[in-house]
Amino acid sequence: MNARLTVNGRGYTVDLDPGESLLDVLRERLDLSGTKKGCDQGACGACTVHVDGRRVLSCLTLAARCEGKQVTTIEGVAQDGVLHPLQRAMVEHDGLQCGYCTPGQIMAGIALLEEGHAETREEIREWMSGNLCRCGAYNGIVEAIEQARDELRDAAV
Amino acid sequence: MQPFELVTPAGIAEAIELGRAADAMYLAGGTNVVDLLRTGAMRASTLVDIDGLPLRGIDFDGERLRIGALTRMGELAAEPTVRDRHRLIAESLELSASAQLRNMASIGGNLLQRTRCPYFRERDFECNKRTPGSGCAAREGENRRHAILGGSEACVATHASDLAVALVAADADVHLHGPTGEWTSRLETFYLEPDTTPEIETRIGRGDLIVAVSVPALPGGEWSVYLKLRERTSYEFALVSVAASVDLDGALIKEARVALGGVATRPWRARETEARLQGIALDDAGALREAAASAFVGARPLRDNGFKVELGTRAIVAAVRHAGGGA
Repeated sequence: MNARLTVNGRGYTVDLDPGESLLDVLRERLDLSGTKKGCDQGACGACTVHVDGRRVLSCLTLAARCEGKQVTTIEGVAQDGVLHPLQRAMVEHDGLQCGYCTPGQIMAGIALLEEGHAETREEIREWMSGNLCRCGAYNGIVEAIEQARDELRDAAV
Repeated sequence: MQPFELVTPAGIAEAIELGRAADAMYLAGGTNVVDLLRTGAMRASTLVDIDGLPLRGIDFDGERLRIGALTRMGELAAEPTVRDRHRLIAESLELSASAQLRNMASIGGNLLQRTRCPYFRERDFECNKRTPGSGCAAREGENRRHAILGGSEACVATHASDLAVALVAADADVHLHGPTGEWTSRLETFYLEPDTTPEIETRIGRGDLIVAVSVPALPGGEWSVYLKLRERTSYEFALVSVAASVDLDGALIKEARVALGGVATRPWRARETEARLQGIALDDAGALREAAASAFVGARPLRDNGFKVELGTRAIVAAVRHAGGGA
């Protein structure tokens, strides 16, 4: 079946099998390999993307059901070469070691900031619990989210 | 994954027409179905994509809460009416899964989700739920997470939904449309114990579609709690969970609701505990403990999960005290 997908504002026409996940289509067909495959069963968060502005797991999302929706991946976060405040903060706070979970952490973190669930460290940890980091860089990740939260708040004033 | 056809019905009637076919399965949020089709634990040749049907949204008429089956877990948790009047429902949702999964998963799908028993998922092991008559690898296997209540020789898998436990405590109904018309069931009796047919988990028939869940007013609902104990702090299924609400008359318990998760083959209403709680003082530690322990009189622990009797008893005491304002 032919499907029309919109990813990071760009339109793609893809011949899809109904069982193909959004994750596999992004990585294998659209050459958008920033989104990572960890567990492929909805348990690790590495494949987190935004669909119509909400964070979801692309491994459990059928690509064919994304027609007419706006998909945003890590490749669509920086604007005109300028990093998102959370991307910059992740670098500054060493919010990673191997980096494999990082795109998913950032996509989840950006959504978290928009949802308003980043008031305290405890709240951040709870609402980021769907993103595992096997290197254990959690302290840096939480600090990065706190910094991005404060920067975005200052910028909005 | 086995190949399947994805079809999109225009309305509920067409969905049921498509959904009643052999080998057809409804697809809502997809978080459970896509995963289990991929592992091969479930099979379907046709997936009926119901996500576009007008079954999404929450209504409160001042008395009864009505939740459309395609409402997302996250949407229901965030609903102010629910947070205010049925706090145990909001808490059960926010302690479930992750924010990403709660954005995807529907309420109807949550109620019908399959067990997380690892032997159900892995085709290399016997499982009577997955392959009727093949045996149960959990009875003699790793069974720390399995049921101590409601199990049978054929199956000791727990029901995984936190929401269903809260809804059973709240006397919720589930509303369905199907080939034989519309019908309603109390959610508690919608779920079946495994007995000799663990592959049959609910009263749902071929082609039946959950369209809504409704919940009556809950006395003490604004203080009600969902206590969930698990191996890690977040993003994990329950070892033991308790949904509790308490309606007080002064210092005495007028009416209590207690339902248990993580310990039983279906969302488990602890009616004996509820009866014993009635009329006792919230600070009567001995009576509270006795009432809580009565929930596990019929427990049949397996090799690895005997701890759930004591953990469950203490969790009921804590949840009831908390729901009564005793912290």
